[in-house]
Formats: sequence, C-alpha cells, structure tokens
Amino acid sequence: MSALDLTGPAGHGRVYWALADCWNVVRRGLTHYRRQPVNIAWQLGFPILSVLLYGYVFGSAMRVPGGGDYQDFLMPGMFVMTMAFGFINTATVVVYDATKGVIDRFRSMPMASSAVVSGRGVTDLIVACAELAILMLTALVMGWRPDGGWEFLAAFGLLLWLRFALIWLGVWLGLLVPNPEAAGGLFAVAFPLTMISSIFVAPQLMPDWLGRVAAWNPISSTAAATRELFGTPVGGGDSWVERHALLMAGVWPVILTAVFLPLAVRRFRRLSR
Amino acid sequence: MKDDGYAVRAEGLEKRYGEKRALDGFDLTVRAGTVHGLLGPNGAGKTTAVRILSTLVRLDGGRAAVAGLDVAREPREVRARIGLTGQYAAVDEVLTGRQNLEMFGRLFHLGGRRARARAGELLEQFDLTDAADKGVGDYSGGMRRRLDLAASMILTPAVLFLDEPTTGLDPRSRGEVWDSVRALVAGGTTVLLTTQYLEEADRLASRVTVIDRGRSIADDSPDGLKSRVGGDRVEVVVAERADIPRVVKVVARVADGEPEADETELRVHAPVTDRVTALTDVARTLQDEGVRVEDIGLRRPSLDDVFLRLTGHRTETTEKEAAA
Repeated sequence: MSALDLTGPAGHGRVYWALADCWNVVRRGLTHYRRQPVNIAWQLGFPILSVLLYGYVFGSAMRVPGGGDYQDFLMPGMFVMTMAFGFINTATVVVYDATKGVIDRFRSMPMASSAVVSGRGVTDLIVACAELAILMLTALVMGWRPDGGWEFLAAFGLLLWLRFALIWLGVWLGLLVPNPEAAGGLFAVAFPLTMISSIFVAPQLMPDWLGRVAAWNPISSTAAATRELFGTPVGGGDSWVERHALLMAGVWPVILTAVFLPLAVRRFRRLSR
Repeated sequence: MKDDGYAVRAEGLEKRYGEKRALDGFDLTVRAGTVHGLLGPNGAGKTTAVRILSTLVRLDGGRAAVAGLDVAREPREVRARIGLTGQYAAVDEVLTGRQNLEMFGRLFHLGGRRARARAGELLEQFDLTDAADKGVGDYSGGMRRRLDLAASMILTPAVLFLDEPTTGLDPRSRGEVWDSVRALVAGGTTVLLTTQYLEEADRLASRVTVIDRGRSIADDSPDGLKSRVGGDRVEVVVAERADIPRVVKVVARVADGEPEADETELRVHAPVTDRVTALTDVARTLQDEGVRVEDIGLRRPSLDDVFLRLTGHRTETTEKEAAA
C-alpha cells in the first residue's frame, strides 16, 4: 500500500475529506453508545429522574407567579437543563481522548484535524436529539400537554442551538482539566448554575438580587422562549431580558460560541506547543 | 533535505518549556531500514524528540527531516509516512480491536472496503484474530500494545516511532511486543524506539543514541556501548564486612577494571569479559579461602551504569519528562 494513496481517489479535495473524516469520528462516537447502551441510560436517567422528582415531589408545593400549571413551567426547564448539562458529557469524552493519547494518534495521522472536534460536536447533537425525544415522551406520559402547533419544532431547534453553543465550552474544558476524574467534578459547578435560573423557580420568587442574576442566566432565556413556543408561556417576568426571551434564546448561544469557540481552538492549537 | 539513506535526520533540535530546556541542541540520524534505539532516563527528552519528529509538537530551533520531508514545513506529508505508538496504548477502549483498526483505516482514507480488508490482515499479523471482536477494555496490556502497533502499521509507514513500547508490561507481553517489532523491520520499516532499558535497545536496535538533558551524548552500536561501560560485571555479596578487602583482591584478578566495593551493602563488583570463567574462578577461590558468600552472580550493565560512565552522574529518575 503506497503512501501516495492516502489522499484517496483523485478529485477529492480538503473539504470532502474534512467532512468524510468528521463522519468517521461521528461513527466512532455513535458506536460507543451502541456498545455501551448503559451509558445512554445513565445520561438519560438523571433528567428523567429529575422530571419525576420535581414533577411529583415538588410539583404540588410549587406555584407559578401569575397562575398556571407548574408542569407547564417545569418541563421546558428540564429540557433546557439536559441540554445545559450536555457540556459535561462533551468534556468527559474529550479529556478521556486527550489523556489516553487518542487525540495524539489522530493528530499524527494525515486526517483533517478539524474532524477531531467537529466529529465530537455532531455526535453530541445527534445524542441531544435522542435525549430530547425521550424526555418529551416522558413528559407526555406524565401528563404534560403543550398547546402550540408546529412551533414546538422551533423550540426543539432552540434547545439544540443552546446545546451546540455549549459543545465549545465542553471541548475547551475537556482540554483544560487534567484527568477524567476532574471532569466529573464539573457537575458540582454546573448544578448550582442551573439552579440560579428560571428552570425550576420563576426569578420573581427569588430574593431581588438573585432573581436578577437568574433572569440574565443564558439558559433562562431558552427556558422562557421554549415555554412560549410550546404554547404555555407561564411564569415569565417583566424585566427586559425576560420580555425578549425569544430574541435572547437566539443571541445567548451566539455569545457563548463567540467566547468558547476561540478558547477551544486556542487550547487545541496549544497541544502542539 | 533529500533522500540520502537516512530515514530520520535531526540537527540541533531545541525545545523549551518555560525555563526547562527539554531539547538542547539534539542531533540524531537514523539509517533507513534499521531499528534505532533512543536510550535515556525519564526527563532526558526522549518523548519530546519523538513528538517533534512525529509532528505533534513544534520545534523551537534546529531542523528535522523524516522520510526526507521537513517536519516543520510539510507536516501533512510527514504524517502520511509515519506511524506512532506512544507510551499509552492510544486505541479506543470501548470499540473492539477490529472496529478500532477499521476506524483508523477509514481515517487514513482507505475507504470502507479496503479498511476492512486491512484490519483483517493486521489482526492476523499481530495475532489478535481470536480477540478481534472483543472490546479493547478486556484486552491484556500486551494485546493492547500490539493493537496500538497494528494501528500504526495501517499504511505500512516508512518510519515507525515507538515511544517506550514495553513500559509497564510484564516480561511475557514485552517479549510479544519485541517479536512484533522484529517482524515489522523485516518488512522494511525503519523504527525509532525510545526506551529506558539497555536490554531492550540491545535486543532490538542495531544502533543506539544515548540522550541526557536534551542532548545526544553517545551514538554507537549496543556492543560498542556495552564495551564502553565494561560489559557484564561479576558481583559478590559477602556476609562479613571484614571480608571485603579479600574479596576485592580475588575479584581484581579476573576483572577488566578496578573492582568497586559498597561497604554498606557488603557488595563487590567489577567488569569482566570472559564472564563464565571469571564467575567460576571467583567462586572457587572464595570457597578455597573460606570466605562466607551470601550471593554471587553476573550482572548486565544497566542504564544507570551507562549513564554513570558517560556522564559521571546517575540518572535522575525522579525528574519527570517535561512533555509527559
């Protein structure tokens, strides 16, 4: 087998191989889930358990300002939380590949180096779609009834948009933390950050200063925007950021990407320092 | 730099990590078609050198060509001609052995059909057919390392870098990896092997470069190196400290050099050439003289001995490889 074969059949340029390499990295990621279905069960177990716990245990005691059903408030929040925690999965896989030398092997091969990251991102988005579908089914079984029509697809899109932005945070953190154990610790940081938002409790019910922080939490905008699109716009506040939830649910991920994509790329380049 | 019979040619390589000079004017030439050992303790710069030559890390100074191509200017072309097996078995632990090789084959742009065929060939060549469809997580250390080697051989590279391929393996797995490396060289691949074990370099390499503090301090055949450190040594451990002077005298008669005595460990050792005669001679004489001997034997020179001789200082094994 001569080394000259590896650009493949003549006529295929860099873009073709960047996409082909990306797809092959995606296949690897999906094969992981096929070989370890228990992983996807764990990944889904937490949000499903949260839906059940918050829905049934807290649900009776929770109230939504301005009236409305707590379930209508909670379920979109749960979808957002699952997307938000997704960056931990990204980071865990990346740190694992980095410490086990898999990323080095990829970098020593004549493949497109962008595929290492783009393949991860596409895998995570596919998994996020599956997670959302299963969570929504769980919510429907529990009696959640969105009123909207096809807008629910837009809600789905906004949730994936948030997940997309957080891929870069995950890649950056995955290359930053020293070992897989440390990546597990990210959960301890992420959990409070999701609590200080409009996911479980409306910000108006929090102490004034905390409510303001919670309203400006990027995931609050996605939560409020999806509640609107599901046709159950309950618990919204009247601050500027809460009144423009749809807009901000589009804008926040752009800002997150603008911050963390360059950081992730820089960190990736630093591997060759 | 053009093809001149050298698979690797590095001149004055420099690499700094903060204050530390991982490579400090490192030179290396490796003849095509040979196994070349890069011998040195932890922190000497072995891994850094391999990472520069395999295009993973940029160099700060000097220049290097692999398979006739400049690593700094033509990294993609270099990558198409090299294989790399690092200190960790860089294979996917969740996938099976076959899935690993097929994935890497597709990423080497073989296409699905050829990637599958190549995976089958390599599994057979590296004696992994029986375990091909098991998850790598269930592989032994030696099997993992062999799979790692197989993944490096997908395109039959011109130059294969092996960074401490047997570190952490038990003796049996080590032997298996050595056999695989020998088979690869028989197929025409040039191998640059880093190791901390003089024995490993001796078994596999036809030429050895010794690296210390980022510089090459010797470049010789394994026999040449061993003869510089005096080859094998005869070693006697006595029961009574008072016997040490007598033992030194006995050992000196057969030794090639001045015997060294360690008063605290009650040990006397000296380099010898005719190993078996020297050993039996020393044993007989000590018995005749009635010296109580705790232990007697032949010891091969270790990396420590090589270092002591070449640099005048012991290896700094506590010093960590900067790039690790």
